[in-house]
Amino acid sequence: MSRRLLTINKLSVTFGGLHALKDLDFYIDEGEIVSVIGPNGAGKTTFFNMISGMVTPTSGDIIFKGESLLGLDPNQVTAAGIARTFQNVRLFANMTILENVMVAQHCRTKQGIWGALFQTRPFKREEQEIREHGEKVLGFFGTRLVGYRLDQPAAVLSYANRRRLEIARAMATKPTIILLDEPVAGMNPKESAALTRLIGELRSDWGFTIVMIEHDMSVVRDVSDRVVVLDHGETIAHGTYEEVSTNPDVIEAYLGRPAEESA
Amino acid sequence: MSAAFIEEPSDEELPARRMLDQDWRKVFKYGLLLALVLVFVALTNMPVNLDRRMLIEPIFSMGYLSLFWLPAVFGLVVCREPVLAGMPSYAKGSREVLAGSLVGLIGGAGLSFLTLLLDNFNLREPLVNWSPQLLELLSFQRDTAFGIAIWLPIGLVLGTFGGLTHLLSATTRRVLSWAFVSVIAFAVFETVILDLSEGFAWLGAEWLVDELYFIRGGLTMHGAAVLAAAGSLSAAFGRDRAHRAKERFQALEGTSRTRANTIGLLALAAALVILPLFLGGITNELLANVGLFVLLALGLNIVVGLAGILDLGYVAFFAIGGYTAGILTTANRGESWPDWMPQFYWGTALVVVVILAALAGLFIGAPVIRMRGDYLAIVTLGFGEIIRLLFLSDWLGGYTGAAQGVTNIPGVQVFGLATVKGTDPRAVFYLVLFFCAIAVYVSWRLERSRLGRAWMAIREDESVAEAMGINTVNAKLMAFVVGAVLASFSGAILAAKVGSVFPNSFIILVSIVILVVVIVGGMGNIAGVIVGSVVLIGILGGPRQPGLLQEFSEYKLLIYGVLLIWMMLKRPEGLVPNVRRTRELHQDEYLQDAWLRGEIDTDSEPEDDSHSNGNTGVLPA
Ligand SMILES: Nc1ncnc2c1ncn2[C@@H]1O[C@H](COP(=O)(O)OP(=O)(O)OP(=O)(O)O)[C@@H](O)[C@H]1O
Ligand SMILES: [Mg+2]
Repeated sequence: MSRRLLTINKLSVTFGGLHALKDLDFYIDEGEIVSVIGPNGAGKTTFFNMISGMVTPTSGDIIFKGESLLGLDPNQVTAAGIARTFQNVRLFANMTILENVMVAQHCRTKQGIWGALFQTRPFKREEQEIREHGEKVLGFFGTRLVGYRLDQPAAVLSYANRRRLEIARAMATKPTIILLDEPVAGMNPKESAALTRLIGELRSDWGFTIVMIEHDMSVVRDVSDRVVVLDHGETIAHGTYEEVSTNPDVIEAYLGRPAEESA
Repeated sequence: MSAAFIEEPSDEELPARRMLDQDWRKVFKYGLLLALVLVFVALTNMPVNLDRRMLIEPIFSMGYLSLFWLPAVFGLVVCREPVLAGMPSYAKGSREVLAGSLVGLIGGAGLSFLTLLLDNFNLREPLVNWSPQLLELLSFQRDTAFGIAIWLPIGLVLGTFGGLTHLLSATTRRVLSWAFVSVIAFAVFETVILDLSEGFAWLGAEWLVDELYFIRGGLTMHGAAVLAAAGSLSAAFGRDRAHRAKERFQALEGTSRTRANTIGLLALAAALVILPLFLGGITNELLANVGLFVLLALGLNIVVGLAGILDLGYVAFFAIGGYTAGILTTANRGESWPDWMPQFYWGTALVVVVILAALAGLFIGAPVIRMRGDYLAIVTLGFGEIIRLLFLSDWLGGYTGAAQGVTNIPGVQVFGLATVKGTDPRAVFYLVLFFCAIAVYVSWRLERSRLGRAWMAIREDESVAEAMGINTVNAKLMAFVVGAVLASFSGAILAAKVGSVFPNSFIILVSIVILVVVIVGGMGNIAGVIVGSVVLIGILGGPRQPGLLQEFSEYKLLIYGVLLIWMMLKRPEGLVPNVRRTRELHQDEYLQDAWLRGEIDTDSEPEDDSHSNGNTGVLPA
């Protein structure tokens, strides 16, 4: 059986009086794709923010590869191997597309001021590698983000392509786990089907483990090994897509209508 | 950047508006504003002080210029309207001229009124700045009635002139402005040109300069006429050639473009090395001062322009550099130092300077860097002042000489060839040039490195940068340290140049001036920062350094302030903008332009397209 990567124990987050997450338990094994679903305001994004170190939990523990992530800064979490995308796409809009994926390799590279000033051989080699790896992750999305696009600012990209670039940027950090926050939001059915396929490839070809927040049930159904349902900061159901989608609690809290229709 | 204002070539006849179809409110607003500005300028006594500087002998002084340009500009601006695509636009005509005249007239009335006031009331009490000569100047050395009467027609004529410029064709306008600019430029650069003509005396062109300039300063009448003619001729005939040269350069690609760039840079470098040999003391002194500020501004540019940290206490590192170099090289340091401490050679001291500045950068930076925005700015402002007060304090006074400062600092021996000190501004300039070259190289390399990209990302969105694995604290500290070291170079050179350092050499104002230089020049752009220093420090002068327009020294700060506000409103990206920064500041316009060029991609699927290179440039349906 594959190795346990991430374990979350009894984790709570409060904002003032609001319990955004309550005694949450979660785990993911290497090579899994797990979806987190739930109605708006359920605490899904907060869940990601907390794993990636942007929000500090009030209690509980996060264990990644046997070590606690508590108290680490976001950059340390990324360096440890957890990368993320943002629900409201947050690219470096005025940096070029290539620069966006190059800068994401910061924590995997180490050349500093001396290398840059004296143009040492290791510096040049590293720059070359950064560039090549950047082009490689961009190439994952076909011709959309490469070629003449490489040197254009990210701001000129279409909404769907910005989402793709965000995923490429997360891939560029050479992570073990990628957290995808609503990756297909705003895409048309054809595009989201294509992206669903790519998410499968992220695991099969690139070896990433994936946690995905998604509202689009067809995407969730097609790629997830397991589904976790959050409501009001608590796990209300957990299991395969079929198990979860027939769970009466879920239907009541989240779907509000028979599951077959939404698929 | 012009998407919002698409200037359509107006080949079709545009309708003109009727003469009296005015936006009266706007006309009166501009008129009153003009009157206020004129009165303000007059009461600062600027016309009187600048009157000493003759531009064209004997008719035109800078004092009158300080008043005359305003009605013309206001008369022009009152009817300036952006031509918006899709909006009705009108031809310019008598309406615009009338508006200009009215604005000028109201402005002139402001000065008439001031003349009247000055004659009847003693304004010395509330307004300390103006002197009795102002009245004489305003009434052109005649009686007051003349003064009161004459400003109305002057305002009217100048305002009308401003309005009339709307009617001129683009070519005429260009020719006129070139004529004007060449006269003013030659008048302003008088000292430099005289200096140059002495240096190049062997060319035998001195007679030309003698013809051009009056003995006691200012252009001669015929000199001004010749310059105006030359300026307009070059505008009329030189433009096409300049255009073609520019196009040819832009058509170059790849290696030949790089080669052209390299050749240009080498030529510039050669000029900077060779030219000072032919320049006299004054110009070299000016260049040395500019160089000191280029060095400071390049350092601050790394901190503010690249890493986005608004450091208002940058002068601290300038001070640390100056004091460290001064104390280590002089025999006349504070009495608390042990007697056995030797007098170091400047180059040796520089090593200590660099180390100390870097440490100071770390120590000041570490607590400050975690703050954001305004908080950081305020705290750095405090630190800048604290460092100066420490040097001044009793506590460190034994080491720093307190208010007496450190004096008798010897110059820099360069391989026994020359001594760089204040009496030899040319040598100082070469020393500064050397360090500026280092600073340019450092900025250039760092911007295009892993660290430079991290700074960019931090500037765009600090929390996302952190989430993408960038240790923002470290990256920002690096910027702080590099900036500190560059400033300390400048300080060390200052110590050797001036021969003494005092707490007063490092007041807050220095920080502010450097920041203004960076902003006005073009934040994040090496060339911009250099241009900023040349324009501000070279022409107006630094906090303590006289510039070309020495008469302006009293109004330096006023002009800095006005310039800064104007730049923030009209051209926040600076004189020579950084491409990326311009994009940040004008993202909407940039995107519109990109859209017009068909570069914005749409959500169409490239795979489905028959021609699948992706650059379909389809407009959204
Ligand atoms: N920084 C914060 N400060 C205060 N409250 C917050 C903060 N972040 C999130 N919340 C609150 O926590 C709750 C959960 O928000 P969260 O963004 O995690 O929901 P979500 O499940 O991602 O919803 P959606 O599907 O709309 O994205 C919401 O009520 C939200 O208002
Ligand atoms: Mg969310």
